[in-house]
Order: sequence, then C-alpha cells, then structure tokens
Amino acid sequence: MRKLASAIASMLPVVVLLFFTTASPCYAQIDHHLTPVNTSAEAKIDGLTGHASGEQQGGLMLYRRFCVGCHGPAGDGTGENALWIDPKPRDFTLAVFKCRSTPTGTLPTDDDLYKSVTRGFDTTNMPAWRPLTDQQRANLVAAVKSFSPRWLNEKAGTPITIPAETPINIESVLRGRALFQKMECWKCHGPAGHGDGPSASTLTDSKDNPIRPYNFSTGTRFKCGETNHDLYQIFMTGLDGTPMPSFADSLKPEDAWDLVHFLRTLQPLNTQEASLWKAYAAAHKSEIKPIGPDAGSGGSK
Amino acid sequence: MKTRFFLMLAAVVLVSSAMVVAAKPPAGNGTITGKVTYTGTPPKMKPIDMSKEPSCAKQHATPVTTENVVTGPGNALEYVVVYISAGDSGASAPASGVRYDQKGCQYLPHVLPMQVGQQLQIFNDDQTSHNIHPLAKVNQEWNKSQPAGSPPIDTKYEKPEFIAVKCNIHPWMHGYFAVLNTSHYAVSANDGSFKITDVPAGKYTITAWQEQYSPQTQEVTLGAGETKSINFSFKALPY
Repeated sequence: MRKLASAIASMLPVVVLLFFTTASPCYAQIDHHLTPVNTSAEAKIDGLTGHASGEQQGGLMLYRRFCVGCHGPAGDGTGENALWIDPKPRDFTLAVFKCRSTPTGTLPTDDDLYKSVTRGFDTTNMPAWRPLTDQQRANLVAAVKSFSPRWLNEKAGTPITIPAETPINIESVLRGRALFQKMECWKCHGPAGHGDGPSASTLTDSKDNPIRPYNFSTGTRFKCGETNHDLYQIFMTGLDGTPMPSFADSLKPEDAWDLVHFLRTLQPLNTQEASLWKAYAAAHKSEIKPIGPDAGSGGSK
Repeated sequence: MKTRFFLMLAAVVLVSSAMVVAAKPPAGNGTITGKVTYTGTPPKMKPIDMSKEPSCAKQHATPVTTENVVTGPGNALEYVVVYISAGDSGASAPASGVRYDQKGCQYLPHVLPMQVGQQLQIFNDDQTSHNIHPLAKVNQEWNKSQPAGSPPIDTKYEKPEFIAVKCNIHPWMHGYFAVLNTSHYAVSANDGSFKITDVPAGKYTITAWQEQYSPQTQEVTLGAGETKSINFSFKALPY
C-alpha cells in the first residue's frame, strides 16, 4: 500500500509536467485556417488587380494577418474579437454590404469595397487601412470576395447615376426639410436628427442585432463617406443589411439633393447649408413648423 | 350564429372551388387536398399596439394580433404553405404576377406564395411610409422605401426560399414570401384546409411549411385524375 502511494508520489512531478506540456499550448491553438470558397477571386480597382491568393502579396495572407481577428477564418464575421464588438464585423459569406454605389439588392463594385477598406468605418471598430499599400488593399478586396459564392455567379450592380449637385440655397434646404417630414426620415432619425425617432429603439440589423440610426447631432463622418455626394449615395442606394432603405424609387434626383442640403443643417458643422438655415430660422422663427407626428404636411410647405 | 357563418363560408368556398374546377378541366390531372391542424397548446397571439402610427391604428376597430401561429376552429392551422417539394417536373413562371399589400400597417396576405421568377408587385395602400425589407439569405437582400401614394414596387426572386419580410419603421409588421420551385402549392385557410389542383399523376413529396415550426413532409402517389387527401399535424408549443 505504502509502496503504491510512494510510487504515485514519485510520479506526481511527471504527471504535472505532462499536464503543462500538453495543456499549455492551448492558448495559441485558435484555428486561423482560412476557408474561402473561391481562392481565385480577383478585384480590379483603378488599374490595380488584386488577387485573393498569390505568392507575395496574396490577399488571403494579408487577411490572415490583419482581418481574421474580427472577420474570422471563414469570413463570416465571427473572429475571436467579434463578441466584444458592436456593430458586429461584416459577414462576407452573405455578400451584403452597406456602402455601395450600386442599387439596393446588388453586389457592390470592387471600387466600393476598396473605398470601404481604405476609409474604414467611423464610429465602429473598423479602422482605415491607409497604412497598407494600394496594391495590398486591392488584394484584400479580392480576399473579401473569396468568401461568398455570390461573386462566382453574379456581377456587381450598375452604379447609380448621380447628377450634378443643385445650387445650395435656402429654398433647397426648406424643400429638403419638407421631404424629411414626408419621407418619414424622422421616424428613426428623430425630428431633430438625434437618432431618437419613435421607431429608433426597435431597430435591428438583418442578423437581429440592435442597431442605431445615425445621430446627425454628433457631426461624425457618415459610415459611407463624408461628402454631399456620399450622402446622396447613402439614401439612394440604402445601407443593405440595416434598416436604412433605398429611396431610389421614391425620390427624384433634384429632391434627393434638396434632402442632402437639409440633412447638412442637422449637423453641428460650419457648412453653407447650416449657416443658411441658421439665418432663416432666426428671421422666420414663428413660421417654422415642427417636424414629427404633429407636423401635418410638415416643413415650411 | 357562428356556426351559420361557417356554414355559409363553407358553402362559398365550395361554390368558388367548384367554379375553379369548372373553369379549367385538366384532363387526367389530380388533386391533393387535406387539412392542417395542431396538437398541444399554441402560443397566444399578442395584440399589436399601433398607437405610434395613428393612420393605421384607426383602421382597426379592435387591435390586430401577431400572426406567427394563427389557428382556426377545430385545431386548424392557418398560413401553412403546402407544396410539392420533390417529384415535380418544374415549371416556368406564369405570366400573371402576385400582389402583396401593405394595408393598415399589416401585410396582406401574411404569407404570400409565388413561383421562382414570377412577377411580384408590392403596394402601399396606407397613408404612411413603409420600408419593405425582405430578409433574403439565398436571394439577395434589399430594402426599399415606399412612401404613401408611391407606385408599386415591381420585383421577382430567382431562387426558392422562404423569406421573412419586415418593415423597420413599423416593427410589428411581419410577413413571409414563399418562393417555390413548383406551380403546385396552396396555403391553408382559416379552417386549415388546402387544395392543390391540376397535379399530374406521379410520386411526390409534399412539404408543409409553417413559419415557426419545423417543416413536415409526406410521400404521395397520385394516379391519373385521382383526388388524394393528406393531413398534416404540427406539434404546437405555448411559446
């Protein structure tokens, strides 16, 4: 009996050692083996050709280095950091993207994806990837395209036509204000654009995660760019995968520009639109009808 | 009173279905008919508070309820899509389209079956904006705004899929597109009955799909001109 006990005791260090040698590498055992569905994916951006796979600059190698932590080995947005991130990393297997120049329900162009990678997404965990070279970013776009079979069978949509911007004047701002009421933008974005409309608290994205409408009063860059042109594109293409619909079927181009000009007045920025509105509001205080459920036809019209 | 109403309803259904049969007599083709029921306790449908949208709220004398599990008399289950899932030779999309309405901040019908490639027209009959957001996974997802008085949205789906439809502005609005690879389908009525007509003789797999419960299948062998009756029963849970 004693012999057995001493035998066990003498074996103890070995057992402990074995435990550590077998168990310790576990923390480094996260599987980063990528599983793309289409390693021959290509991206063509402004004279650059990106490749998902390749020797030196392969997009998937860069993906494994820079993207896998959040977007995951399968590109489905379930990387090891995803749990702690809100909004969640994009799921590339669905090939549904917010920032597009193409109509709602279509694939974005390579250029759209390139711009997203370059720009990053303000107010999210997605940084701008400008430190990488143009070629590297082009390769990453090809890597993004390697995770969904959609890219094998479908072509990118045709970018929407954006006519030249109409003149910025107070009439345009006021027409835009009436549209903000009529199109019921305030239902989500709130009467003053604070992102606090009556439906705001109920919004979820297409994966049932809660999502907030943009709060104009923060003045932060829009996720899909910062120019008037970008703003026009945002509501005329919609942000697919989110509650933000496309208004392409319900707004004429000149109306869309009016709305752009009004939306600028909601931001605490020194824009031409904002100063026009400030001057008008000071002079016509009593005439301005509130936006929201009690506005009737809304705006100044 | 209630029974009289249902008798009348049954009579109307019988007469109208008889008319359909009389209108197109498919020589040698059969019919699959039956009833969808449930066992157990189905969840209680909750009344919807539309006070945030007065233009819709005033269209309903009594509040409408959620529609994930709609039951009828005699344990009947409504809005179940019964269709041929295997054995059908496949069909090209018919020339006529299907219509989907947004009325009183509800989707009518709650479940809309259609064929792959068939024209789908979506109407906004309300005095408010809606955004139509079919959460397609196999087909491409899209999301379009449709303010009051807009023309209908004209679209179609290229792959078979059951697609949940929602309106983000009115979060209670909830419906389904059933995009099918077959022209032989039916949606169960409030009495649970369904009728798939004009089915050629053959061996088929019939699937019954309900939005909350797992789909069920049955094998059916149909002779020429034969009418077969099959029933589906879903196990309902109270949540």
